[in-house]
Amino acid sequence: MDFTYDDEQQALREAVRGLLATTYADHEARRRTVADDPGFDEALWGRLADMGVLGLPFSEDDGGVGAGPVEIGVVCQELGRVLAPEPYLASVVHAGGLVAAVGTPEQKADLLGRLSSGEIVLAAADTSPGARWSSGTDGVRASVSGDAWTLDGVADPVVGGARADHLVVTAALPDGGTGVFLVAGDDVDRTGYVAADLTRAATVRLDGTAATPLGEPGRDLAPSIATISDLTRIMGANQALGVMQSQVRATTDYLKSRKQFGVTLNTFQALTFRAADMYVSLELAQSMVDWATMTIAGGDPGAVADAADRVGLTISRAGRHIGQEAIQLHGGIGMTAEYAVGVGTAHLEVLDQWLGNRGHHLARLASRVDDHDLVDALS
Amino acid sequence: MQLELSPTDAEFRDRMREFFTTKVPQQIRDTVLEGRHLTKDQIIEAQRTLNAEGLAVPHWPTEWGGQDWTDLQRHLWHEEMQRAGVPIPLAFNASMIGPVIAHFGTQEQKERFLPATANLDIWWSQGFSEPDAGSDLASLRTAAVRDGDDWVVNGQKTWTTLGQHGDWIFTLVRTDPEVKKQAGISMLLIDMTSPGVEVRPIELIDGGHEVNEVWFSDVRVPGDLLVGELNGGWTIAKFLLGNERVGVAPVGATKRALSALKANAGDLLDDPLVRARIAELENDLLALELTALRVVAHSSDGAPHPASSVLKLRGTELQQAVSELALDLAGPASLAARADDDSPQAGWARRAAPTYLNLRKASIYGGSNEIQRQIISRTILGL
Ligand SMILES: Cc1cc2nc3c(=O)[nH]c(=O)nc-3n(C[C@H](O)[C@H](O)[C@H](O)COP(=O)(O)OP(=O)(O)OC[C@H]3O[C@@H](n4cnc5c(N)ncnc54)[C@H](O)[C@@H]3O)c2cc1C
Repeated sequence: MDFTYDDEQQALREAVRGLLATTYADHEARRRTVADDPGFDEALWGRLADMGVLGLPFSEDDGGVGAGPVEIGVVCQELGRVLAPEPYLASVVHAGGLVAAVGTPEQKADLLGRLSSGEIVLAAADTSPGARWSSGTDGVRASVSGDAWTLDGVADPVVGGARADHLVVTAALPDGGTGVFLVAGDDVDRTGYVAADLTRAATVRLDGTAATPLGEPGRDLAPSIATISDLTRIMGANQALGVMQSQVRATTDYLKSRKQFGVTLNTFQALTFRAADMYVSLELAQSMVDWATMTIAGGDPGAVADAADRVGLTISRAGRHIGQEAIQLHGGIGMTAEYAVGVGTAHLEVLDQWLGNRGHHLARLASRVDDHDLVDALS
Repeated sequence: MQLELSPTDAEFRDRMREFFTTKVPQQIRDTVLEGRHLTKDQIIEAQRTLNAEGLAVPHWPTEWGGQDWTDLQRHLWHEEMQRAGVPIPLAFNASMIGPVIAHFGTQEQKERFLPATANLDIWWSQGFSEPDAGSDLASLRTAAVRDGDDWVVNGQKTWTTLGQHGDWIFTLVRTDPEVKKQAGISMLLIDMTSPGVEVRPIELIDGGHEVNEVWFSDVRVPGDLLVGELNGGWTIAKFLLGNERVGVAPVGATKRALSALKANAGDLLDDPLVRARIAELENDLLALELTALRVVAHSSDGAPHPASSVLKLRGTELQQAVSELALDLAGPASLAARADDDSPQAGWARRAAPTYLNLRKASIYGGSNEIQRQIISRTILGL
């Protein structure tokens, strides 16, 4: 049992941090980037590809690097630290993950190779308007005639959907079950919009749109889809952890420097105690994030699903706690768009409402309380 | 990063589990598992059983009965003990005065006290707090004045846990009233049968007699019972209160309490609100357990991991939260707290209110949760 990052993982963290700092040295740089479409820095995306970061999750055969979940988690944490708007979770972890999980060897080599090299950007369309996490894919239906497949329906929100070259769409199959399809971005009617944290999502309308089934046509892929959602949830928790680390640091720095009543704010125990509680939430969240990330390596989908719910619950609560307190302890400046702390809180909410919020994870855990005597960290 | 225990550690854990579940008398373990009170004799018997196997004081130096274990192994030992319902070795002996004597004591003190302390032949009490010295312990006033080779002690200690069983008490006393308050404190070991020592019970809100006042009137203490340097008591107090990394949070015991609560809940488990509270507590306990593992698995250079305060703070909060839920599940049955044994109400439900009330102590003693927040904000966050 070991909760430390090895030298290579540390080196990866340093490298990613260094690269992100070239683009997002300060929050102003992020503001400029998200002001215009596509809402992220394409040049940085290319440099992430050059560094091998985009190919981390994929096998070398598919043009990737073949790294493990801990490495991907490190990248997500670093992205979170600077609120990087790059669609790493949406494009690489989620959409790329779906391709890797269900695609044929040829499909994987083609798509994942180009995704890893930065040539194409993907987005996953798995949510229909009004739907909630893993509530099914009724919004999009697949039809087949001969061996030509088409899709009909609406997906929304599709994170990163306006810029994506290809969409990875989950759709109800004619004979039941859920399939995964590849659709060219230009073949759909899509409307991009800006989310609360200024990242991008889109409404995607499919109307008899030609689609290529990923993997064996007509096969129910629901279990793989669920596992990739769980995995994305865990990586989203890594990203949220990075956000919260920055918020706690910014808040303590602020308490030490901001003066009111002739003294710095850290003179007031009412505030330092709240900062201490933020730190407690952060440490507990870090423990859960590390654990959930390591659980992925075990390869048991049931364990990964459980870990996703557990880390999802913890991170949702920590995000509310730290996100709200970070603003409150900054006072008015925490409310401003030019200051990272409040935008971080927006980012935490977007991650949470996209990937699964507290109520969702709690309900799932609550439904399972009687299938175990107690929950053990060590099996 | 790796989740699994190494084969050595896994084997170690199995060995602990095997011993605790087969060698410690069942009737003692049942008492703990059902949340009932242990008698003095049961506590002594359990500790002697462990000590005979070298499992009572593993963190002491090996020459005094310690085991050369890693922090992780000590953690596993501690968790398995709690899981099996084995009483943890008396903290005053095993975690407090034993390590202090081993570290600061003279050779003579070590020989005289350590074996008897490990085996609970001597029952120690902790005489630190006073009516006017709680969180601000250094303001203590119980005074020791030189008289020839002896010390003469006058004053009052309070909150002395299980002082009614105590054979000896380790005290912090003021030996120099003229200097800065921390600089004038020494540690004295006092035989509680000495003339002038009086133990008076304090009744707590759960109706139990768990703590006491201890009064000292001209108590004569031989000079060789001073531990460490004269006026060096504050250093010893910091060592004693701050050197723990393992077992800071009662993770295993709280998990066990929650699982017992589930087993007792019956039809109440159909209530989605109850299920949600359980699920949330289980999750919080998992986060706590993982944090405890991070703390013990990190460095082992003896320096407290900064997250130790997190463990104390969160561990006591969760311990209290589980007792709250148990009380809510007990409902009206909890009114029968002091009913006779032939009450139709279930034992766990009758114990729910006293347990809930009793556990309010957890966030007060051992450095209150406010003091833990102070430590976090000052030493970790630099505020
Ligand atoms: C059941 C029980 C058993 C005990 N057993 C023992 C024992 O065996 N031996 C022994 O020596 N002592 C024992 N204690 C004493 C215990 O260590 C003290 O109660 C503790 O140190 C707190 O001191 P106090 O009760 O005087 O509260 P106070 O220190 O007066 O605190 C009152 C409140 O103010 C808060 N507070 C205090 N200072 C600060 C600050 N600087 N900033 C913010 N908040 C602050 C506290 O957290 C608390 O909420 C026991 C206590 C209990 C309840």
